[in-house]
Amino acid sequence: MSSPALPLLCCALALSLPAAAAPGDESPAPRPTARSKLLLTAGVSSIDGAAGGGLTPWAVTGTQATEHEVGGTAFVTRAVVSDYALTVKGATVGIHDRVELSLARQDFDAGVVVPRTTLKLDIAGVKLKLAGDAVLNSDTWQPQLAVGLFYKHLDPGSAVGGVLDSVGAKRHGVEVYASATKLLLAQGVLLNGTLRATQANQNGLLGFGTTGDRRMRLQPEFSVAKLLRKDLAIGAEYRFKPDRLAFAGPAFKESDWKDVFVAWAPNKHLSFTLAWVDLGQIVGHERQRGTYLSLQAGL
Amino acid sequence: MRPVIAMNKTFCGRAATLPLLLALAGLAPLAQAQPAPAAEPLVPVFAPDPALLADFGGVEGVRKLSSLFVDNMRADPRIGHYFEKTKLSELKKQLGDQLCQVLAGPCVYEGDTMKASHADLKISKADSLAQVEVLQATMDSLGIPFGSQNRLLARLAPMYRQIITR
Repeated sequence: MSSPALPLLCCALALSLPAAAAPGDESPAPRPTARSKLLLTAGVSSIDGAAGGGLTPWAVTGTQATEHEVGGTAFVTRAVVSDYALTVKGATVGIHDRVELSLARQDFDAGVVVPRTTLKLDIAGVKLKLAGDAVLNSDTWQPQLAVGLFYKHLDPGSAVGGVLDSVGAKRHGVEVYASATKLLLAQGVLLNGTLRATQANQNGLLGFGTTGDRRMRLQPEFSVAKLLRKDLAIGAEYRFKPDRLAFAGPAFKESDWKDVFVAWAPNKHLSFTLAWVDLGQIVGHERQRGTYLSLQAGL
Repeated sequence: MRPVIAMNKTFCGRAATLPLLLALAGLAPLAQAQPAPAAEPLVPVFAPDPALLADFGGVEGVRKLSSLFVDNMRADPRIGHYFEKTKLSELKKQLGDQLCQVLAGPCVYEGDTMKASHADLKISKADSLAQVEVLQATMDSLGIPFGSQNRLLARLAPMYRQIITR
């Protein structure tokens, strides 16, 4: 009916932010709080440093900062599988829910293969959100879309370094990816698909490319998560991996990576992720399965 | 409906000099606002779902939710100041109508469109997310199941898209 010009739409209040207190005032400038995103809607820190699941980047931007805000988080992750261990430390900056910058350092204990050897992988990442909003579009099929890039640099030490040189694997490489994240809020489900163009061997831990093969391969990665509570989610991930070094012998066979995880965010400053990971074969050692634990803390 | 219109008309004079902002908060009529387009539903239409409405405690539960939600917004340090001049009792009634209708209850919301009423407010995403959090906390306190909360939020999502302008 027409009660046209009537602001009975205070109902709009349900969704709106009502007025400034005085005539002529507009809404106040954004507060510096910089943690306005809803809990868990920024994903967690992946092992490459970008925001997403534990193993793969998503289209969400990291930190709790939303539009007009800047936020920062730092994380530390420890994964221990049958014969190896990985420690990752990093930090992320989120700018206006549009750009994400990340730095991560992976320390991979390869002592089982070469005593007292740690492979060090430094990763710098940038991600740009292109379109969509996981929360605001949560009633439609429109996904949030982002593209990103990783620059990775490996310090393998002299022993492993020698092996990498012999197969022509480079010490640095660039990966480019595109992600689509869909939050189906009514069902409490999040889906992500990432396509990564990469030359990396074992995500970069065994260098990039080989003498005979410098092609960028497209590797798909998938995540699914279910929201159990505002602060608790469970999910699973699957990352397809190339098998470029297999020509060097069965010892260099590479497997897809998968995990099942639980993420808990008691508040906007902290989140914990516990996962059971299966990294398959790594340098001749099969069935590398184990536990992954990550702590992320934000401003 | 009649009485409500009458009540709003008493604000007419004051409203004429107030920005849309205040109109939203205080129920002051938008003296220069356009009529809502007749063809477009003001609230999306959903099929009746008695189980979902029951999760909110029926129509009475929705009214209780609306009332508590308004009180909680007024008390929230991030967005409370927006409501300083709002006639809360009227807001609660209107919000109740709207949420009830969104949940396919036997109510009709008859206010202006979200887009028209919020066009000049410069509402930021941070403000809207803060409001969502207050709504979530309110629903938690009333024991509304998490899944049903999310179904309501998903139904409100299109309205949020229309009101964020900054």
